[in-house]
Amino acid sequence: MPRGQAEHPTSYIIAALLLIALWYLASLLLASPELPAPPTVFYAFIAGIRADLGYHILISTFRVVYGIALAGSFAVPLGLLCYINRVDKYTAPVIYLLYPIPHIVLLPLIILLFGIGDLSKIVLIAIIVFFQILVTTRDAARNLSTNYIYSLLSLGATAKDIYRHVILPACLPKILTAMRISVGTSIAVLFFVESFATEKGLGYMIMYAWSRMDYPALYASMVAMALLGLCLYLILECVEKRLCAWIYI
Amino acid sequence: MIEAKKLSMVYPDGTEALRDVNFVIPAGASCSIIGPSGCGKSTLLFILAGILKPTGGRVQLGAEPREVALILQDYGLFPWKTVYENVVLGLQIRGIPKSERRRIALSLMDKLGLSSFANHYPKQLSGGMQQRVGFARALALKPKILLMDEPLSSLDALTRETLQNFLLELWKDNGMTMVLVTHSIEEAVFLGKVIIVLTPRPGHVAKIIENLNVGDENYRSKEAFFTKCREVRQNIPPAI
Ligand SMILES: Nc1ncnc2c1ncn2[C@@H]1O[C@H](COP(=O)(O)OP(=O)(O)O)[C@@H](O)[C@H]1O
Ligand SMILES: [Mg+2]
Repeated sequence: MPRGQAEHPTSYIIAALLLIALWYLASLLLASPELPAPPTVFYAFIAGIRADLGYHILISTFRVVYGIALAGSFAVPLGLLCYINRVDKYTAPVIYLLYPIPHIVLLPLIILLFGIGDLSKIVLIAIIVFFQILVTTRDAARNLSTNYIYSLLSLGATAKDIYRHVILPACLPKILTAMRISVGTSIAVLFFVESFATEKGLGYMIMYAWSRMDYPALYASMVAMALLGLCLYLILECVEKRLCAWIYI
Repeated sequence: MIEAKKLSMVYPDGTEALRDVNFVIPAGASCSIIGPSGCGKSTLLFILAGILKPTGGRVQLGAEPREVALILQDYGLFPWKTVYENVVLGLQIRGIPKSERRRIALSLMDKLGLSSFANHYPKQLSGGMQQRVGFARALALKPKILLMDEPLSSLDALTRETLQNFLLELWKDNGMTMVLVTHSIEEAVFLGKVIIVLTPRPGHVAKIIENLNVGDENYRSKEAFFTKCREVRQNIPPAI
């Protein structure tokens, strides 16, 4: 059980309690409005939910989920196609040239192409996550043992069968891990794209609370963002456990 | 019948695996191919199975490509599929209806003692059990020609003898052409009516030995068996 331990629910609860205790301690030591104590933030969170925080969480969830889904729907097929030498020969250099660029600098171009609405926010998240998923998927497909392919060919397989029975299932654990990692990245980008030209989403809530120096509300939105990330992470982990049961034995 | 005519194989990186390999295996015969590791035995089987194209010469099979089954070295199972999914895979790829492939798979798994492992993954089974899954998957296709790449090499001696007996019975009962790659002289003699001895790389045929007593009652403990083993041993070219 290489990865089984940390997923136990009690360990999550203990970790959360520990972090909250540290936070409490820090807020007492600092004694400044910039770091309110956990109970204050908790009440602000409840008040936020009673008002419109839920709506903003929903908007942010929508943007992140769409961004990751959009990225995955391009990156996964392209990465898997890199199994074919001829495809990889042209794709790999392009990937590795474009991958290290800080894609956030593309923002002006994206706004020019897709406007300043939701679409450009989703596209920027998607572009950044796209490369993370693509690179991992491509590497997984390239490192596949040819014996699996031969084994399937000996059963009379066509190219379609090879993708369905070998390449996709063999790469799926890596793909899902890449998507889990991309949750963290996409939330960081989410904050960036929601901090301007919008009046919706958790990033906006944070910036707005900050401008009013309403620190409890600021931290409440931050907690909401952390919970959003955690939920997406856990959902992907469940999907991985269901679809890739074979790696956990 | 399997006929190899002037087969040669040079891999794209320049490795010459086979050079001018010629032999004929009559239909319904069992054949052992023996040779040191790296001499091109797996390459030869891939060519016979039609998975690799030889760079020279050709293969004639007295069978359709779909009547040929290959069992790869190290079982060739897919770790992401359960035992049952592995066994039905060939049938599934050939578009056999679900109920039919279920019937075939369940009866074979029963015969091979795999029934209670249907939902296990290969990793959860012992080597001998994994090899049985490999046999079941190949036999489900009802092949006329069964090619096997060192199927028993990584098993312990007892499991190995059990499965050697199983293969012998299988061959006696089904009348299929069986080709078995091995690096064990005893195994080659126990199972091969024709024994093809290959040289070190680039592999070519050093000697073809007839072994007509295959299938005799208790062949393993008979004098003829030991004599044949000695004959094979004498014909194996010294390793460099
Ligand atoms: N895809 C390949 N590309 C280049 N060389 C290979 C490839 N596959 C096998 N070889 C080489 O060809 C020779 C024969 O390999 P193989 O047929 O696997 O031998 P055996 O099964 O007898 O051990 C070995 O030297 C091996 O390293
Ligand atoms: Mg081999």
